[in-house]
Amino acid sequence: MRALIRLFVSAAAVVLLGGASLFAQTKATAENVPTIPYTSVPNFFKLPPDLYLGEGIGIATNSKGHIFIYHRSSDTRLFEFDATGTFVKEWGVGLYGIEFAHQVRVDPQDNVWVVDEGTNMVIKFNPAGRVAMVFGRRPEPVAGATQTQNAQNPSVLDRKYGFGRPTDVTWDPQGNIFVSDGYVNSRVVKLDKNGRFLGQFAGGERGEGKNQLNTPHSITSDAQGNIYVGDRGNRRIVVLNNDLTLKTTYTNVGNPWAVCISPGPHQYLYSSNSNPDANPAASWAITGEIYKMELDGRIIGKFGKAGKGLGEFSTVHEIDCRNPDQLFVSEISAWRAQKLILNPSKIQPASSSSAR
Amino acid sequence: MKRTFIFSIAAVLAMGGGLLSGQTTPDIPFESNPNPLTMPNDIHLGEVAGVATNSRGDIYVYTRTGNPTITIGTARAVSHGGGRLFQFDRAGKYVREIGQGLYGFLQPQQLRVDPQDNVWIVDQMSSQVVKFDANGRVQMVIGRKPEAMTVPALRLTPLPMNIPTTQPEPPPPAVPGVPPAGPAPLPGAGVQGESFQRPTDVAWDAQGNIYVADGYGNARVAKYDRNGKWIKNWGSRGTGQGQFNIVHGIAIDAQGNVYVGDEGNKRVQVFDTEGTFKTQFTNVGVPTALCITRGPQQVLYVAHTGDPDGMDDAAIYKIDLKGNVLGKFGSAGKLPKEFSLVNSIDCRNDNELLVGELANWRVQKLSLKAK
Repeated sequence: MRALIRLFVSAAAVVLLGGASLFAQTKATAENVPTIPYTSVPNFFKLPPDLYLGEGIGIATNSKGHIFIYHRSSDTRLFEFDATGTFVKEWGVGLYGIEFAHQVRVDPQDNVWVVDEGTNMVIKFNPAGRVAMVFGRRPEPVAGATQTQNAQNPSVLDRKYGFGRPTDVTWDPQGNIFVSDGYVNSRVVKLDKNGRFLGQFAGGERGEGKNQLNTPHSITSDAQGNIYVGDRGNRRIVVLNNDLTLKTTYTNVGNPWAVCISPGPHQYLYSSNSNPDANPAASWAITGEIYKMELDGRIIGKFGKAGKGLGEFSTVHEIDCRNPDQLFVSEISAWRAQKLILNPSKIQPASSSSAR
Repeated sequence: MKRTFIFSIAAVLAMGGGLLSGQTTPDIPFESNPNPLTMPNDIHLGEVAGVATNSRGDIYVYTRTGNPTITIGTARAVSHGGGRLFQFDRAGKYVREIGQGLYGFLQPQQLRVDPQDNVWIVDQMSSQVVKFDANGRVQMVIGRKPEAMTVPALRLTPLPMNIPTTQPEPPPPAVPGVPPAGPAPLPGAGVQGESFQRPTDVAWDAQGNIYVADGYGNARVAKYDRNGKWIKNWGSRGTGQGQFNIVHGIAIDAQGNVYVGDEGNKRVQVFDTEGTFKTQFTNVGVPTALCITRGPQQVLYVAHTGDPDGMDDAAIYKIDLKGNVLGKFGSAGKLPKEFSLVNSIDCRNDNELLVGELANWRVQKLSLKAK
């Protein structure tokens, strides 16, 4: 028994060390970036007295303005709020695929997709809240409690359909599905709309090569079907053509924890250089801001900083940008989500934002 | 141009060869209702391990859902939850849940309804077979859930390949007051009694004797009388006649022939009720679910699952009891009429099947077109 405990302790140490070495948060290299003024709406989300948010992992809106928050409470839960921030209902109560949240997204048909890194599954709900299709498969319970799977302990089979702690999902205009997969496999998988495997990017070992990824943590797409991957461990946004060939990379906006592309005729790309969730002392000075960019990578401006107060960010984990000037952000370590009102018309040139 | 021409010839030859060979299995035309069950708002099916009807057409589903849990801060790794049992009426309308919080509900594996309309569940992880009466009360329990789970789990999963067949198992533990059992049993033969190791299915003969397919950890069939008293085991791990590599399904016909799905060996073996090998069918792929119809002309439906994700190779075969393939239907995938890890078939009505899938979290109701 003592040997078993020792095994656990050493395994935990390995995991911690491995996790620390996976990526070190760094200051973005972009300089002279203008600042976009914004406010955060106080007390926007209103919950019944017996419900609480946990770690705010995922947030997304549908076409009616309803907001979905996928969060880690005692159990991971999926909540729906109306456009005024009032709680509507919980989705997927007791669902087999909901165990440890990683992302929620709403597709153009208002289907709600959750990505769960505990069950290795991506689940598509129809707009009525019933399961429409599932992707990946939860390890069978008979496998028992397992050591955390990561790059050092990749016990998930690296095969076409097996996800290893997947992180996010997006779609192209044809409805093809792109999954960033994830902490273990470190690849992007393309499936057709019926879930059949079409191809993958960076299917081999993780790394910093131009056709490799190091924990793809977030994924989004533009109207042309180009795919944008938050390659967090490599401190870059990797842009792929629809056939998953490399198009370009953006390397000046820090570690992209969360990426989002707004709809409409002029699309913008948002990327969060989130402060690390362990909040190391020096990190707040160099991280925490969100960048607004053109799709070609030109930076328009930035906003926000690390902190626990209203309008400050405690490790932003997902951005919803259906309205490019009214963002929703969810934060891991603050157990909350915020509604942000941006005022890009009052953008401040870099010289006047030196207080940051 | 020339190349195209040559290619065309080759294609024609290839097609003709297939037709001439006469070996193609006929496809049975069918329709699917992929959503035959209506659920309350806050109840969702997970992986459907078992689906079956009773004589009134009521539908029972045993599903892997919720979060199977091992408690921390305890003296032992105590396991909870992970399975639920639901009842629907013949129209598919939700009626009720059965067995809420039941001790043996951990990882659903199969559900069957016996001729007296009792509902039986098989749980792979608790290694239990539980009989409910038609009112949903527990009438019999066979096997015992382990008091504690091993954390991390033992690598029990026998892969279909590279199974050691010569390594002896340790002798069964001595029971106080019981004489030693003699030489160690063959690998997978299990010990006498109820010590299931990840059982998978249950069936009955005309006398009401109970047969348990056991399973992943053991490689045997265990036989009990109608009162649950152990009679015998047969089988061990291996590839020979009467040996198994994942016993994944069992069904018994009106003549008392016992059909056993031997998943890892890609065959269905047939025995008499004493476990004497009679024949085997090797033409139905990798069997993951069996069902025998009840009418005068009994047929056997066998689900084939050819890849671990259920996305590349799947079908259901219809065969006569001599093993002749009458036809097949379905393919792998997530759409209606496609299958992803079929684990259960109900065939009370010869041409109207209920099919439970693990990876698609659903029950499909299939209507086969009679010829």
